[in-house]
Amino acid sequence: MEILEKKVEQSDSSEHTSVLQVNPLESEAIYIFREVVAQFEKPVLLFSGGKDSITLVRLAQKAFYPGKIPFPLLHIDTGHNFPETIEFRDRLVEELGVELIVRNVQDAIDQGKVVEEKGKYASRNSLQTTTLLDALEEFKFDAAIGGARRDEEKARAKERIFSVRDDFGQWDEKNQRPELFDHLNGKIDLGQNVRVFPISNWTELDVWSYIEKEGIEIPSIYFAHKRKTFIRDGMIWSAQDEVVYREEDELVEERMVRFRTVGDMSCTAAVLSDAVTIDKVVAEIRASTISERGARIDDKRSEAAMEKRKQQGYF
Amino acid sequence: MDVLKIATAGSVDDGKSTLIGRILYDTKSLTTDKLEAIEAKSKANGFDYLDFSLVTDGLVAEREQGITIDVAHIYFSTKSKSYIIADTPGHIEYTRNMVTGASTSQASIILVDARKGVIEQTYRHFFINNLLRVKDVIVAVNKMDLVDFSQEKFEAIKADFEKLIEKSDYAAQNITFIPVSALQGDNVVDKSEHTPWYNGQTLLEHLEELDAQDVYEKSQARFPIQTVIRPKTDDFHDFRGYAGKLYGGDLAVGDEVTVLPSLTTSKVKEIYFFDQKFDKAGRGSSCTITLEDDVNVSRGDMIVKSSEKPKIEKQLTATVCWMDSAALNPGTNYFVQSGSNRILAKVKSISGTIATDFSGEDTSKNALQLNEVGKVQIQLSKPLAFDSYSNNKASGSFILIDSQTNNTSGVGFIV
Repeated sequence: MEILEKKVEQSDSSEHTSVLQVNPLESEAIYIFREVVAQFEKPVLLFSGGKDSITLVRLAQKAFYPGKIPFPLLHIDTGHNFPETIEFRDRLVEELGVELIVRNVQDAIDQGKVVEEKGKYASRNSLQTTTLLDALEEFKFDAAIGGARRDEEKARAKERIFSVRDDFGQWDEKNQRPELFDHLNGKIDLGQNVRVFPISNWTELDVWSYIEKEGIEIPSIYFAHKRKTFIRDGMIWSAQDEVVYREEDELVEERMVRFRTVGDMSCTAAVLSDAVTIDKVVAEIRASTISERGARIDDKRSEAAMEKRKQQGYF
Repeated sequence: MDVLKIATAGSVDDGKSTLIGRILYDTKSLTTDKLEAIEAKSKANGFDYLDFSLVTDGLVAEREQGITIDVAHIYFSTKSKSYIIADTPGHIEYTRNMVTGASTSQASIILVDARKGVIEQTYRHFFINNLLRVKDVIVAVNKMDLVDFSQEKFEAIKADFEKLIEKSDYAAQNITFIPVSALQGDNVVDKSEHTPWYNGQTLLEHLEELDAQDVYEKSQARFPIQTVIRPKTDDFHDFRGYAGKLYGGDLAVGDEVTVLPSLTTSKVKEIYFFDQKFDKAGRGSSCTITLEDDVNVSRGDMIVKSSEKPKIEKQLTATVCWMDSAALNPGTNYFVQSGSNRILAKVKSISGTIATDFSGEDTSKNALQLNEVGKVQIQLSKPLAFDSYSNNKASGSFILIDSQTNNTSGVGFIV
């Protein structure tokens, strides 16, 4: 299988000595992974099946080779995932031989802990927070590693690499610990936990270039494919997945599309694309004039949508 | 791709946000949706120009008050490099944020308002760039459009600034002066028609030429151990790999090494990066090494070449920048953390504060308040392997962690 395929690329210099060339972003991410494992009792990697968390998995493999990845993966399942993502997730976990924990937003809804949003912009994205915090408490995870990047969104741009959350999972954005050099301070009190972002300093293009260079397999929805879609508010939505709400007068047409992010299906729009291979995807991202989260309706709710969600414990 | 980290410091009035916005705009790094958001918001606020501070001030409180509170990270790239701007507020009460931003940067942009010239805040920015030994400093004399692009004004500011350089003890620092107008785009990305008397590079041209080498200058190899990898699988039954990030210099298979603080010696047997072996690792790489001998190495230890040992002592003197609202007092305990090594320590004495505007030391002070800088003597509970900050930024710096609150309360630069 391709997922575990290791790229053999010796960087020989003229004196027949192989010199390890440094990719600064990769080196930084590996450093962070090792600090997490050393400084915390029980870390977990938040895995969504998206390209950023898949990249994290590869970096974790590199950080601990020839040992195995020394923490489980946790998927907070909105129940609104693209089927392609779930199929991919299960295959990856089996190949890696790591533990996968799945906790469902549906359970929190059934238990009456959260109430499903209604209307045509309803999404389960913000509902994930409750399930995430419950899961962290259930397993006593003290560090949750996520694939958030600072270039995604302006509140994320203020985020630390080790981001301390209180007993309620809240982000105190005005009182963050300074982070200097490579001296990462993971000291916390019982009940607190830390969100860790190893690819904080990567951009969307960095992630795609890395996926291309490393030959990492990703779910098929990232590549251009024919899909039944409809248009609302100038964005393209999937019409073949029933969780995406569609009004009767919204016409379904087959279009050649791909997805730039794979969040909750009900708030993730597609883009027109003919990029069927990774090099074409990278070329497309390079030329793109729309940001990745431009296709995420959850960020368009208000100017401070992300900051508000993060204060409440969203990752 | 090379990554260049740049620190900027300043307030909204300096035109800092405008400058960053201008760089992003002219390098076509602002995506349509972000630009539309800026246009809409600028209009709603009643501005007849694009308010780029909306790019940098990501928090609600910052937008409400029109100030930068915390470090923001801004990303853009050109064909040759990726850039990360650590954008920090410039006022004295945010000294700690400026220090944080500068700690991981190879270059720094100091903005000077052409109308106001070198002011106290300029002193402070340069002092911090000096203290942290940021290799390249760009003094962008901004708002040149408001002084009719006067060469005389520019030269006068340059001369004023050069007087500051005389007070610096970091001779290797490169300082470049560029006349710009961030609002109109002069000499930011494109060469200005208004400054025929200026033959130098534009700001971006200059950044493009900078060596994006690691922030840590070349010195001696330091390999602090983060974790020991022992897979105990059939293929790697006896494998004991020491995982860490290499600073300062290269490390090669066959090098005679010493483990600190135990002083045990051995030789580098293998260097792994993921599933490949290499003969040599360059500084900045996160690799895993094995040793010829079965020696005791654990997290917090440091592997160095036997011919290049650092100091190993239980006391040190450092210039400390204090970052906590509770003052630093002699006799109190903190954790000193340098990389992967965390040691309980006691503050023995504080021998005065250092003014961040080059006006000198005040030896009558024996405590450090928030945002103050001073000389501090520290007693460690165990020996620490360290260098002076001027020799190695990684092994020459540390943070102080409050043992009660767990806060990162200060940063130290070892003398």
